[in-house]
Formats: sequence, structure tokens, C-alpha cells
Amino acid sequence: MEKDMVYVIPCSGIGKASASVGREAAYTVVEDERPGVSDTLCLSLLTLGDEEAQDKVRRHRVITIDGCARDCAKKNVEAAGGTPGSSHRVHDYLKKHKDLKPEGVLDIGEGGRRLAHLIAEDVSSEIDDMVKGR
Amino acid sequence: MKKVGVISCSGESEPEGTIARNAVRLVMEKYRPGATVSLCLPLYLAGDEGERDFARRFPVIAVDGCGKACAKWATEKYSGKVQDCVDIGELLKEWGVSERLSRSHPGRLENEVTERVAREIIKKMDEITG
Ligand code: SF4
Ligand code: SF4
Repeated sequence: MEKDMVYVIPCSGIGKASASVGREAAYTVVEDERPGVSDTLCLSLLTLGDEEAQDKVRRHRVITIDGCARDCAKKNVEAAGGTPGSSHRVHDYLKKHKDLKPEGVLDIGEGGRRLAHLIAEDVSSEIDDMVKGR
Repeated sequence: MKKVGVISCSGESEPEGTIARNAVRLVMEKYRPGATVSLCLPLYLAGDEGERDFARRFPVIAVDGCGKACAKWATEKYSGKVQDCVDIGELLKEWGVSERLSRSHPGRLENEVTERVAREIIKKMDEITG
């Protein structure tokens, strides 16, 4: 297992604002919080069975973020032969932070952005642990 | 009303993928609400037979960020033939859009392109529904 890079993979939800929150969290991590040690990839490539994408999730640490309990990101990573080191559901965060309800799919609003930030903080600290190999 | 399936690639790592998702949402919310059905693409693998039935129940337009055409090929692999497709990378070339676009923070240019892509999708939907 290569420890230099962690793939943060959100689900591709098109119908739920929670999926947009998951993507926002993933972008916050890979672009702002932990650039250089984290990246993301198109989940659709795993659904399709793209060999290069499958190879990435088999060789690297993966953290998934799903919009709902159907866990598409987690299941698609597992079907590709990867094992997520940790998996998050936006809904679980929403249950704990009922005041941070996202507004819509296209614009998650201020509450949604704050929720995404909370998820990003947890994911970033997991990445630190993974990269250190703890 | 005849419904059309419009399925976007996920495209999380590419700006064109974000444009694909947002254009499909625009069609669903603003331009053709009630006439558009969609599906979270990874459900083809993570979901059940009901979801894999998608292309047998509706004529499908696949909206892809790039030439890898994940929405098109995943639909054909798991569900059935697509009726039509949109390749955003090709459209950008055709429209002469060569600026660097953002996948995470769509601004004015990204939003303009997203609107144009939504109109392309609508054209194709109207061809299907007559
Ligand atoms: S986990 Fe839920 S929201 Fe995300 S892609 Fe799957 S069905 Fe859609
Ligand atoms: S079609 Fe291109 S942008 Fe869309 S999910 Fe596939 S690789 Fe990513």
C-alpha cells in the first residue's frame, strides 16, 4: 500500500444536496487542506471498470464520502478491489448538526458549506494519520 | 408527457464533469422539470435491477465531461443503448473555450458554459420527444 497519496472519493449523487456537500468536502480537502498528499478521481471510472482508476484505489489509501445510505462511493471502490480506510456519510453529519441543512443541489448554501467544512476537517485528520502510517 | 432519462457522468476530478452534473441539474430543475428523469450513475453498480432497468424504461441522453464517456459506456454496459450523448470536451473545443476552468468553484465562465450545455441537452430532448 502506497502511503504518499490518499484518494478522497465522494459519491456522484445528482438528486440530493447531501451529495453536493460530500463533493464540496472532498474538494476542500484535496485543493485547500491537504493538497499534495490527497487527490480525487472520477467515481464513474470505477463504475465503468477503468483499469487505471481501479489500480489507483487498489494501491492507495482511500476515504469515501457518500451522500446517502446507499454508499455508492464505498461500494464502487470495494467492487474495484479497493478497501476504504474510512467511509463517511453526509447524513450522519446532518443528524448531528441539524442546523446545517444544505439548501439545494446546485447551491448548498452557507449551512451546507459549513457542514462540508466539518467533514473536511475529519477527513484531513484521517489523512494525516494515514500518511504518517499510524 | 414523454419522459427522457438524462444521465451525467460523475466527473469529480474534471471541470467538465462539474459542468456535466450542473447542466443536468439545470435541465431537471429549471428547463424541463417533470420531463426529465435521472439516476446517480454509480447506482448502476451499487444499486439493484430497478436501477439497471433505466435505459430500458426511458430513452437516455448521456452527458459526459470528456471522451472517456463514462455515462455513455456505463449505461450501455449495465442497462441498455443510449439514444444520444453530449461530450462537453468536444463542445468546448467547438465553442473555442480554451480557458482553464474550475471543477470546485464555478465562476462566470463555467456558469455560462453550463447554461449552453443545458441548452444542448434540451435540444436533444426535444428531438426525442418530438
Ligand atoms: S450514495 Fe446516495 S446520493 Fe450518493 S450517488 Fe449513491 S444514491 Fe446517489
Ligand atoms: S467522462 Fe471524463 S469527466 Fe466524466 S467521469 Fe468519465 S473521466 Fe471523468
